[in-house]
Amino acid sequence: MSEDKRKVVIELDNVKRDFKVGDEVVHALRGISFKIYEGEFVTIMGTSGSGKSTLLNQLGCLDTPTSGEYYLDGTPVRKMKRSERAILRNRKIGFVFQNYNLLAKTTSVENVELPLMYNNKYNARQRREAAVKALQAVGLGDRLEHKSNQMSGGQMQRVAIARALVNDPAVILADEATGNLDTRTSYEMLLLFQKLHHEGRTIIFVTHNPEIALYSSRNIMLRDGKIREDVVNENIVDVREVIAKLPVQNDED
Amino acid sequence: MNFTNLIRVAMRAIMNNKMRTFLSMLGIIIGVAAVIIMMAIGQGSKMSIRGELSKMGTNLLTIRPGADMRGGVRQDPSAMQTLKVADYESIKQKATLARYASAEVSSGGQVIYGANNTTTTIYGEAPEYLDIKLWEVEKGDCYTEDDIRKSAKVCVVGQTIVEELFGDKGYDCVGKTIRFKSIPFRIVGVLKGKGYNSWGMDQDNVMIAPYTTVMKRIVAQTYLSSIVVSAVSEEKSDDCIEEINEILRENHKLKEGDANDFTVHSQQEMMETMSTTMDTITIILVVAAAFSLLVAGIGIMNIMLVSVTERTKEIGLRMSVGARGKDISRQFLIEAVMISLTGGVLGVLLGYLLCTAASSMGLPCSIPLWSVILSFTVCACIGLIFGFVPARKAARMDPIEAIRYE
Repeated sequence: MSEDKRKVVIELDNVKRDFKVGDEVVHALRGISFKIYEGEFVTIMGTSGSGKSTLLNQLGCLDTPTSGEYYLDGTPVRKMKRSERAILRNRKIGFVFQNYNLLAKTTSVENVELPLMYNNKYNARQRREAAVKALQAVGLGDRLEHKSNQMSGGQMQRVAIARALVNDPAVILADEATGNLDTRTSYEMLLLFQKLHHEGRTIIFVTHNPEIALYSSRNIMLRDGKIREDVVNENIVDVREVIAKLPVQNDED
Repeated sequence: MNFTNLIRVAMRAIMNNKMRTFLSMLGIIIGVAAVIIMMAIGQGSKMSIRGELSKMGTNLLTIRPGADMRGGVRQDPSAMQTLKVADYESIKQKATLARYASAEVSSGGQVIYGANNTTTTIYGEAPEYLDIKLWEVEKGDCYTEDDIRKSAKVCVVGQTIVEELFGDKGYDCVGKTIRFKSIPFRIVGVLKGKGYNSWGMDQDNVMIAPYTTVMKRIVAQTYLSSIVVSAVSEEKSDDCIEEINEILRENHKLKEGDANDFTVHSQQEMMETMSTTMDTITIILVVAAAFSLLVAGIGIMNIMLVSVTERTKEIGLRMSVGARGKDISRQFLIEAVMISLTGGVLGVLLGYLLCTAASSMGLPCSIPLWSVILSFTVCACIGLIFGFVPARKAARMDPIEAIRYE
């Protein structure tokens, strides 16, 4: 199989996650197993209550499985301590959140530098260089010193994506990354993700919007804490085509 | 996160909330300023009292009759008559560590010149007395040893007496004869003014005459009320006391084991007593001021707790991009310490300004360096102690919940 030659970035082996709510035990994840290979653009989809947030927390090393094992870039995560997981997140994961989560009254460069602040291998100059490079990669090379309150939603989300790129992570985890944006900006953002995908980045995009699956290379559908469907998308739609068909934007809006 | 970054982040957080930070800092500023001022006044008064005491005489030792009376035990009246002129002469001859010595008898009473009179104290002294007590003669001269031998009816007077009896401080009264308890004394010298001492006694209201004269004509007694000695140096004071003890014990034929029938007090002891009193007052004031620092610390803790809650989302973000619990707790600790230290710096400045103002109004103020160092240390500790709870709260947050906090 050709798949065996690709590098496994994420491997879930029968991951279960139970929560205690009062006296009841809620099974949020009921045994999830999959592998995600380097360079994949995976959408994880499901309605609310399907366990996708819980899964995202697992993948982002914010939480650990009740049973089963999660290997991130070959490292087993379940028995790691809080601080060890923090370091793992710092080196291996880039988060993009729905509501950007930029630091207030802070310039884009400083926002993008944030993950590197927690990595002592970077000095101030290297940090800035990496941040500028990441901002250029998302097309904000001319907005380095803009503060978060001087930018549009799309620009803020680009800063957030640059922040997710800056530590050269093994995987970018996006959580409803287009949820707060208007249609055109959403597509522009998806275009950016496709570009990153073409550059070889591994991307996991968690969303409840089924349309986004059209633009990814693989779609995992969750229902009631189990995988219902896991399909590879052979016909990835190029977002540029969609943008081209959009009605011309009225600048007065 | 390294230290420079922590400082930078804390600075940013403080600058983002200038007003609120300043208000919580105000408690520290006022508290520190209060502590500094209290310590400065304490120190200043202590120094001015020391100054006054040393103006009263250098390395002064006072020998009084009777055993040490600190217990308040009533003593045999004869015990008050143990100091004789012979004792004074022995000290003068044998005590090598005594630079000057003077026999002393004193009496209060009325002094008259013409139609004027005033109440004063006459001190019967040897001429060395002026050297011991650092008196200077402004007009005329002091009496001499010869006057002592002859029990001459001569005296030197302080400025207050000149003013009271002759109407004017500048009046040239040398050669005039005044009467103390109807005994006529010829004025041979006028002392330079010393003014009031720090407990409000007019030091210039004195009349100094040969001790022989005062003993025979005024008090009619054969014993001395005290002997005052000036030791060669401050360091030698204690040795000098030993020397005097030996001389007097021998003179009084005291056997080994017998208690002294006299006591020797040094100026140091007096200074120490005064210092202890001042220290106690200072400590009470400083403790009161320190309580305001405690309250200020609680204010900082309060504002930090609010800040932690407000910045839950930021904490969640920092944690998801790789901040460990200790990175977060350090961030808030440093912020708290910076608030309290900045407050400390401003407080010291405010205290300094107020002290300068107080000194210019005549209040003795002197800021001891250690009080500044102490203030900074206390401020850093306040930041650490009262920053601890908010920092721990921040560090223990669950990143999943924190990042979704609205």
